[in-house]
Amino acid sequence: MKSVLISALFALVVVSGMSGPSLAVEPDEILDDPVLEQRARELSKGLRCLVCQNQSIDDSNAELARDLRIIVRERLTAGDSDEETMDYIVARYGDYVLLKPPVNAGTLGLWLGPFLILIVAGIAVFFFLRGRSQAFATQGAGAESTDTGRALDAAETARLNALLGEDADKTNSKKDSS
Amino acid sequence: MMKRLIFLLPLVLFGTLAGYFFARLGDDVTTVPSALIDKPVPPIETVALLEGKPGVSAADFKGEPKILNVWASWCIPCRAEHPLITRLARDTGIPVLGLNYKDRQGAAIAWLDELGDPYHAIGYDQSGRAGIELGVYGVPETYVTDKDGRIRYKRVGPVTPEILEEEILPLIRELSK
Repeated sequence: MKSVLISALFALVVVSGMSGPSLAVEPDEILDDPVLEQRARELSKGLRCLVCQNQSIDDSNAELARDLRIIVRERLTAGDSDEETMDYIVARYGDYVLLKPPVNAGTLGLWLGPFLILIVAGIAVFFFLRGRSQAFATQGAGAESTDTGRALDAAETARLNALLGEDADKTNSKKDSS
Repeated sequence: MMKRLIFLLPLVLFGTLAGYFFARLGDDVTTVPSALIDKPVPPIETVALLEGKPGVSAADFKGEPKILNVWASWCIPCRAEHPLITRLARDTGIPVLGLNYKDRQGAAIAWLDELGDPYHAIGYDQSGRAGIELGVYGVPETYVTDKDGRIRYKRVGPVTPEILEEEILPLIRELSK
């Protein structure tokens, strides 16, 4: 009994998964002309449902979304171009109704901002890296001037040789013992 | 010194952004900026809701400052703001035009019978078409128009006493000069 129930549930999940997302566009809205309908669908996908959270009017079951879908279809049927239809809606609801913000004075920062940041960051990185390599270069060239790049004096050379000699002796003795 | 300060830059940038976002947190994100501010009332044409009281059309807004209030009997906040709309009409003497949005006529008339009718004229917009012309997306909405028939102010959501005192009445006083 339990296994039957589980397989029935499983079948339900599979079937409902296959049917895909349900359409918000209702049958009575769909235009007879498939080309026009396709254009209406495309435009609807770019128009925000104003009473929803980030849904297009194509996705939304809200009544206002339905009204706007019908108006989009009316305009297209009346012979408006895609742009004229969008302009019609924008004139009433403002740029906010567009899911993709248009490029204009108010949104220039939005569009160019990321590239500006990239350029500024690129310049900053360039100067940072160049400054670092220059620092290395000056250290190499002006050997006397800096403490780290100075040549060894006689006492130091002697000490270094002694240390190296110690090491060599150790290795040798190890070899002998083995 | 400059070199050291540059490492503070990301921190400063982060602080600025965080501050900006924090300041915007309280904003009502559902408020859509109106596209019609300072534009003429769009060409709406509505039938009358009541016998003996005219409907509303764009031409009605010429001549003197007016208020347009979009309401519906199914809209609860409309009920809440109704006393204020009544007070606005009575105290200022400015014609308040009503647009009954997506309503049943019987229900709308019953609503007015119950609460009173402060409106100078009421258009009956059953299809919501006039509402779309105005960019209505949530009732109630209240508009103030100037004598040239241009929309000067739009309030989405119920008018509150604060909004009436601080935004609508001062604007009306200014427009009536």
